Amino acid sequence: MDQQSRYADLAREDRVHTSLYTDAAIFDAEMDRIFGNTWVWVAHDSEIPTPNSFKMSHVGLQPVIVTRDKDSQLHVLLNRCRHRAASVCEQRRGRANLFVCRYHGWSYDMTGRLRAVPYAAGYGTDLEKADYPLVSLRVETYAGLVFATLREDIQPLAEYLGPARAWIDLFMKQGAGFGIKVAGEHRFRFPGNWKIQLENTTDAYHFPIVHRSFLTSLDEETEGQFDVLGQGGWIEDLGNGHSVMVMIPDLVDLEANLDAPIPERFQDLASELAKTHAPQEVRRIVRAVGGTGFNINLFPNVACSMAFFRVLRPISVNETEIAHMALGMQGGPEAANQARLRLHEHFQGPMGFGSPDDAEGWERVQRGAAAGTDLWIMLNRGMAQTSNTGDVSAETGMRAAYRMWRRMMAQ
Amino acid sequence: MTSLTLQAAVEFIWLEADLLDSHDYAAWLALWAPTGHYIIPTEREAEDYAAVLNVVYDDQAMREARVKRLQSGLAMSAAPSARTVRTVSRFRVIDDTAELLTIRCAQHIVEYKYDRTRMLAADVVFWLMPGPSGIALARKVVTLINADDALHGIGYLL
Repeated sequence: MDQQSRYADLAREDRVHTSLYTDAAIFDAEMDRIFGNTWVWVAHDSEIPTPNSFKMSHVGLQPVIVTRDKDSQLHVLLNRCRHRAASVCEQRRGRANLFVCRYHGWSYDMTGRLRAVPYAAGYGTDLEKADYPLVSLRVETYAGLVFATLREDIQPLAEYLGPARAWIDLFMKQGAGFGIKVAGEHRFRFPGNWKIQLENTTDAYHFPIVHRSFLTSLDEETEGQFDVLGQGGWIEDLGNGHSVMVMIPDLVDLEANLDAPIPERFQDLASELAKTHAPQEVRRIVRAVGGTGFNINLFPNVACSMAFFRVLRPISVNETEIAHMALGMQGGPEAANQARLRLHEHFQGPMGFGSPDDAEGWERVQRGAAAGTDLWIMLNRGMAQTSNTGDVSAETGMRAAYRMWRRMMAQ
Repeated sequence: MTSLTLQAAVEFIWLEADLLDSHDYAAWLALWAPTGHYIIPTEREAEDYAAVLNVVYDDQAMREARVKRLQSGLAMSAAPSARTVRTVSRFRVIDDTAELLTIRCAQHIVEYKYDRTRMLAADVVFWLMPGPSGIALARKVVTLINADDALHGIGYLL
């Protein structure tokens, strides 16, 4: 069997082989065939808000710098001096007009152009500066989400996202008309394969089991809202490995049902906002503060997850870094944005009431996958359903992701 | 100036550390002033903690909920949690006003779970408030040496 057929055989419609979590050769092939061949999320607009701002990011294993140049154009540049490979940026985010390589002093502007080379006379006529810019990737954005790709010839981002775009538009309504900004991030690593996390974003089945201690920390009304399996939710395969999981149908459109009563837990916030905002505006903001009721899983590395962005970064076959980026309303009321931060801290991050238990579960998957190397990971829950819109605990979203995995790995 | 001596303050901080290592959370909760905040920031330079994202930003209600969660047996990251042994030292009085003694110190936590030993180092600032029934903890800010880097799931208290 050739390599492509072998990959196709390892990711079947109803199951994937354990080696997808454990085989370093498969991981290397994924970095090449998947992360080297598609649109990879690198930033949100608000993280590089002004001309000459930048942030560090990754495309697969490759470190990149996302920049906004003096004319506000976005660039994604490999973080590697063209001379002898030293990284030119080691500051997570900030503002600059030049990246200066600290090794021999080569300097690049925010578009990646090589501006100056110290002691250039030593090269005689052997160095044409125009030939040695920082390597620049193709960049496209949708609704403030910035993606890059190493491929010049693949389809435009909008086409790649396809029907996911309508869901992204719904997700962004939690800006309550102010727009969305990244308001801080939690980052943590777990000793496990990146696809374990990819699956988890579309796994409603684990929620009442793993997150019982979170659920019991909520007031009764909110606990009812987080009964994610009991509200008629559903999962849709959105194509190209993307999917959406609707857990709380009432929170699909945050601009609908604005006349519904304000939940008890937001009463104090509503009173505070009422001092400076009209009643209808208060309802719109308060409804947006709690976030949406769905997760959009965008293959391969980002999710718009209820109220935050979840970004995964593969490190090795058995190590993955996760960022949970808190979101706020750009220029929105401070009280509402602080309420969003506190809600984010409650569940997310290394000491949230939810994330550490997820991380423990994922680590247990990786540890368990060392056993039974001929066994398979089951993905067949809810397969009998004929439409996309059955039980929210179906593994439809995972099957969608692995169908894309198979397509990319076996092509 | 408060009536607190450095010796009394240090003994209080050691007691707090020992209660956390031994998971005596009920006793730990009792150390706090009801208005106190327990804070673990995500940025080394944060100042207005309420206005930014933290790893932990707990008032009394959240502290109690956090302890309940850790002791519930329902949270897989805390059932069992990692074992910890911590050392607190390098005590320095930063400020001493009428009501509050502010102490900055260094904390090293060694954590063990699943064949793995890890270390978490932090600068910790305590606000200590003397009262009729002893010292009350008015604020504790644990700024990890790698606060702004990737951490891991932590199923105990820093």
